[in-house]
Amino acid sequence: MTSGASPMLPVPYRVQRRRQESHDTFTLELSRSGSAPGLEFAPGQFNMLYAFGAGEVPISISGDPARPDVIAHTTRVVGGVTRVLSRLRRGGTVGLRGPFGNGWPLEQSRGRDVVIVAGGIGLAPLRALLYALTANRGRFARIALVYGARTPEDVLFGAELERWRTSADVEIAVTVDRATESWAGRVGVVTALLRRLSFDPANAVGMICGPEVMMRYAAAELLSRGVAPDSIFLSIERNMKCAVGHCGHCLFGPLFICRDGPVFPYERVETTLRVAEL
Amino acid sequence: MKDLEHLLREHPFASGLPSAALSLLVGCASNVQYEPGEYLFRTGEPADRFFILRHGEVAVEVYAAGRGRITIETAGEGDVLGWSWLVPPHRWLFDGRAITLTRAIALDGACLRAKCEANHDLGYELLKRVTHVMAERLTSARLQVLDLYGDGSGDVV
Repeated sequence: MTSGASPMLPVPYRVQRRRQESHDTFTLELSRSGSAPGLEFAPGQFNMLYAFGAGEVPISISGDPARPDVIAHTTRVVGGVTRVLSRLRRGGTVGLRGPFGNGWPLEQSRGRDVVIVAGGIGLAPLRALLYALTANRGRFARIALVYGARTPEDVLFGAELERWRTSADVEIAVTVDRATESWAGRVGVVTALLRRLSFDPANAVGMICGPEVMMRYAAAELLSRGVAPDSIFLSIERNMKCAVGHCGHCLFGPLFICRDGPVFPYERVETTLRVAEL
Repeated sequence: MKDLEHLLREHPFASGLPSAALSLLVGCASNVQYEPGEYLFRTGEPADRFFILRHGEVAVEVYAAGRGRITIETAGEGDVLGWSWLVPPHRWLFDGRAITLTRAIALDGACLRAKCEANHDLGYELLKRVTHVMAERLTSARLQVLDLYGDGSGDVV
């Protein structure tokens, strides 16, 4: 499960590349030094990244699962640790534990329509999924991504979205919450786009990642379209600390997000998602 | 070429409507088309109709001094645009501008109101459908106001 001898022991990784995705979001591409083996991971899993002198944060893997030699993480600057991570440049060192958690249900999706719903930075773990889906395009029926961002300037991975749209037969619909007249795309919430999306609900799998409120409404929309509750999957975010189900920081009702998730079937978390304080 | 009744029946808004009600609707309907940049309606003008969108994208906008046109939402194929025809004083509250070539069925508000007054079964059926549209728009607007993707959502795992 982990790259080191102990799941609690960070392994040093070098920053191979840093890319600014938007004003507050960046991607770090990390590699181990020398001939050390790459890090095999499943789309949807996360790593604990340790910024020396600042602390450790859980960050989903946003890169290509077929490239275990380059581990990409995309995150926003939201606190002290991510701020330090954002200042790293090529050659910088970061501690890494992982990968942890489960992944998106790729096998369960074979031969079915795959409806992906992303909100904001929630596109990051779904990007790893899209790499895996498009690498095996023939195994799936329709693939659609419905993606909501705050503004046009916050839309992530624009070039890749365009490539998947044009060369991998992925239907991609992007919407933003607010825009000025220079934006020729859609404005509104992802649920409105989901209502218009054409797919076979009886043979569809929904995969959702974003703010919890958005995920609840997106799941409700998929349910109302006729997608079965056990075919809708959400990636839940909580305060992971140990990442191995010991410390209890990420307890979500009876579930450890780090160990049992972060990807859950909707029917397993539906009730807990409605609890205000956990 | 499909006639208006056929086009209406295919649209989610009129789907499942009894034939008699559909015929009444057709009596108030006309086919319309807008080029990109053309306005379907402007703020303050009489809201004498609403639109059942068949093709294209329409931006619902408001003009703000110093900021220009601000798009509140976009509507597209399968959507219904406008409820001011039903609510006094029957004036548009926003602008509607075609972003792409837009084809729609325009329904005459005054014509429909008169038919609904005369036929409450039709009125109730239409009201249910328009209320559904309004509820979806209200929910969407509430979610947009929440600024869910803004600062403070934390690191996503």
